[in-house]
Amino acid sequence: MATYAFVLLAVLAVASALAMVLNKNTVNSALFLVLNLMSVAGLYLLLHAQFLAIIQILVYAGAIMVLFLFVIMLLNVDEEESLFDKFRAIYLVAFLLGVVVFGQIVYSLGGVTDLLPEISADMAYVGTVEAVGEVLYTTYLMPFEMTAILLTAAVVGALMIAQYKVKTSDQEE
Amino acid sequence: MAEAEVNSYVVLGAALFMLLNSAAICVYAERRIASFIQNRIGPNRVGPLGLFQPLADVVKLLLKEDVTPVQGFRTIHTIAPMIPVVTALLTVAVIPFGDGIYVTDINAGVLYLLAAASLGVYGVTLAGWASNSKYSLLGGLRAAAQMVSYELPLGMALASVVIFVGSLSVVDVAVAQENWWFVFLNPLGAVIFIIAAFAESNRTPFDLVEAEQELVGGFHTEYSSMKFGMFFLAEYMHVVINSMLITTFFFGSYHLPFAGYWLPEMSTTAKAILDITVFTGKTAFFIFLFIWVRWTIPRFKFNQVMSLGWSRLLPLSILNFIVIAAILFAINA
Amino acid sequence: MDYLYDLNTFIPATIAAAAGLVVLMQSVYKVKINTIFGVTVFSLVVALLFALRDLFGPVGTSFYDMVAYGGTAAFGTLLVITGTLFCVLISRDYLEAIDHHYGEVYAMILFATTGMVGLAVSNDLIMLFVGLETMSICLYVLAGLIKEEKTGAESALKYFLLGAFSTGFLLYGIALIYGATGSTNYADITALTDISPLFMAGSALLLVGFFFKISAVPFHMWTPDVYQGTPTTLTAYFATASKAATFVALILVMSRMMPEIEGVGWTQAISVIAIITMILGNLIALVQDNVKRMLAYSSIAHAGYLLVGLAAGTADGYTGVLYYLFAYTVMNIGAFGVIAFYERNQALDFTDVNNYAGLGYKQPVMAVLLSVFLFSLAGIPPFVGFLAKYYVFAAAVNAGHITLAVVGVLTTAASVYYYLRVMVFMYFREPHKEFDLVNPGAIFKYALIVLCVLTVYYGVEPVFPMGSLIELLTSYYTETGPAGMAGP
Repeated sequence: MATYAFVLLAVLAVASALAMVLNKNTVNSALFLVLNLMSVAGLYLLLHAQFLAIIQILVYAGAIMVLFLFVIMLLNVDEEESLFDKFRAIYLVAFLLGVVVFGQIVYSLGGVTDLLPEISADMAYVGTVEAVGEVLYTTYLMPFEMTAILLTAAVVGALMIAQYKVKTSDQEE
Repeated sequence: MAEAEVNSYVVLGAALFMLLNSAAICVYAERRIASFIQNRIGPNRVGPLGLFQPLADVVKLLLKEDVTPVQGFRTIHTIAPMIPVVTALLTVAVIPFGDGIYVTDINAGVLYLLAAASLGVYGVTLAGWASNSKYSLLGGLRAAAQMVSYELPLGMALASVVIFVGSLSVVDVAVAQENWWFVFLNPLGAVIFIIAAFAESNRTPFDLVEAEQELVGGFHTEYSSMKFGMFFLAEYMHVVINSMLITTFFFGSYHLPFAGYWLPEMSTTAKAILDITVFTGKTAFFIFLFIWVRWTIPRFKFNQVMSLGWSRLLPLSILNFIVIAAILFAINA
Repeated sequence: MDYLYDLNTFIPATIAAAAGLVVLMQSVYKVKINTIFGVTVFSLVVALLFALRDLFGPVGTSFYDMVAYGGTAAFGTLLVITGTLFCVLISRDYLEAIDHHYGEVYAMILFATTGMVGLAVSNDLIMLFVGLETMSICLYVLAGLIKEEKTGAESALKYFLLGAFSTGFLLYGIALIYGATGSTNYADITALTDISPLFMAGSALLLVGFFFKISAVPFHMWTPDVYQGTPTTLTAYFATASKAATFVALILVMSRMMPEIEGVGWTQAISVIAIITMILGNLIALVQDNVKRMLAYSSIAHAGYLLVGLAAGTADGYTGVLYYLFAYTVMNIGAFGVIAFYERNQALDFTDVNNYAGLGYKQPVMAVLLSVFLFSLAGIPPFVGFLAKYYVFAAAVNAGHITLAVVGVLTTAASVYYYLRVMVFMYFREPHKEFDLVNPGAIFKYALIVLCVLTVYYGVEPVFPMGSLIELLTSYYTETGPAGMAGP
């Protein structure tokens, strides 16, 4: 049962990722990305990583992609020209690089005999909210706090770039 | 194990059945209450007291011609109305309707509810875009901005509940309110949650999404027949769902006030009947509140909605969370 | 775990982060910009004192093995904080002159500093990544500070796109390493004995990510455009503090994480990169007329010299790199600082070397300072640049990398041309038109003079209060057995 679900979700994830890249219409691409994120969330669920799965949907599909769509709709981006109109040497290089990366992945999957690992109670516990929270506040406390600074800086930085002319107290006097 | 599964399927079936029908009941209730508030009679011709009016409405919607804009985006135009219905139906999976009466108990149930709610925005946004009409598009964009903005105070208000419980399971949230409803412990959170829930379901005073004076019909301007019916259905389902959530998180779920202190032991069946009655009663009250507000309070301007969300509710909800966390820490330490 | 003790080991970055938040709130409530500047400088001075204390303190790891303290990490922290402090000191007057003096700039600098320290002390790949990102995000924003002009927008966009691209490499490398070893902790990875191709691929990608950040050829394309479009004092910040942090992180990765593998040395790869970086950086710098672009290519070349020390892979090599980083920070901020001073005069475009004609006699102090810094960058004794190059090349020779040292010396000789060219213009050419230079201002001037004193003082092998600097650095690598592997 789980294996069938895995195959279904995996195919869906790969197909939607391909469809996202190949689609000419930006809105469609964004929607395929949403589908991709959801199928990946489904894969997490198969591994009993409930928290990760739900956060994936909540944050990426529910918030970030909505903002993407918002921007695409506001800008009303025209249909993009196809990437593959002309053949150039650079595409060949890109293709070869892609083959190398793909080869790596196939190689790393080569030793895998079963599609899904047997999920023990210990492993299932790792996916729960309590386990994630505990690790975040002990082992990964420092990166976690640093991420807080990172996000603050990113928000302030985005505003700094977006604001046309920043006013300071000295200029107002 | 097998018995438990049968039980969950029964609960799931009953809950979905009730949820789908509740929309029809809500439409009737809305029209009667509206006419009562506006001092007129309201629907009274179809059946006794006009009770069959929703049926007539549905038949009308089904028989109408289904028009899709020629320049629109046909596929997405068709898919869009289904999304809010699906996300609304998803939420009943984790809501407990009584002691032990729930479909499933997810370890991250509260987050699941937020995730389901956050997906609902796609329906409205895509409907607006796929219609290829500026009214629709503006409605869709407003919806996207508004729903994403109000998700934050909604989430923070929920977080301030969760720290009382110490668990993200909705069942645990319900159990924890046996003695004290969270509205008594966390009144500010309740107010913020109710306001945000109104905004999330796009109801007055936050119904800019379909403000008819400016945007004709908003995001569903170009929708007709049953596709429009789906949006209609989804709107009322969201009203019901949000009423359930308000009940679950702040008004004691299926518990009577301070039930733990005075309610005697009873048999399982009696308790189940009592629980479901209490839960339904509270939900009905909040549905009434939704309708009541709609017919008495005027609509905000869009900039007011945004500034209320970002510069009032959000800081307030964060502050509320921090204060509660500090108090709880002090008490526990 | 004692959180207070751990926090104590990480106090400079904590101070920077807290100061960043304070400064941010101050600029929200429109506090006077000079107050914000004062708070920034004060917090950095305090952080610097703590960093100096840690230099001689105990060595170990804290926060569940996430960050290292003492030794190399402490010296990295010191470098970052020193660089930041001097960049902030010279920034005020310059940003005022170009009319981009906001409190948020200081907040971004402080956040970036937090990230840099996190990067320089990282003992885990997760920490490495988060620190690097915190630094990078802030730097992207600072690169686009002059967004009204095309160069500013170009600089920010280029930096962001290529930076995000390189971060992708880095992250992919980390993912592969994690896949191969099941851990992100340096100590766990070093203990690994079974080296899979997956691990090699991951390490290679990790190094590519690093090479992007330190602008080594062939991953250097963004450097000149970004350095040109960024406000000059912030360019100094990019070129020194950020590079120092990345290099220290690279030293930690090379010395603590990479397991000893028979037949596979990263040395060869790094040597090749070092050679082409030295040659290309210096060659292109020869033909630059824009002083900022010239310094950008010079910074690429210096990355090459630094890689020479890294390629040596011995205790001497790492010591040399650390000393070089210190020298580079001091002299490069100085050089950029004087150029920033000239740019404050709107009379001419002082990024063009032709307009430096006759400047030597207008503000003699500034001209002398620039000459000292450029001499030092060129590696001419008795300045610190010479000593630094000496240590790095000596380490390479001792480790048997004669080619590296020879290429290094030859390219250094070539580099003298473009550094001295500026001085030729300053002292031996007649100015095109008459103009007066503005007064540099006390803080600006004394900051540069302090840098100049450091440049000269450390150039003649001084006696530090607790032994010489080079001895201190060497002690980090010699106390615990063979160099590189054990590390402090």
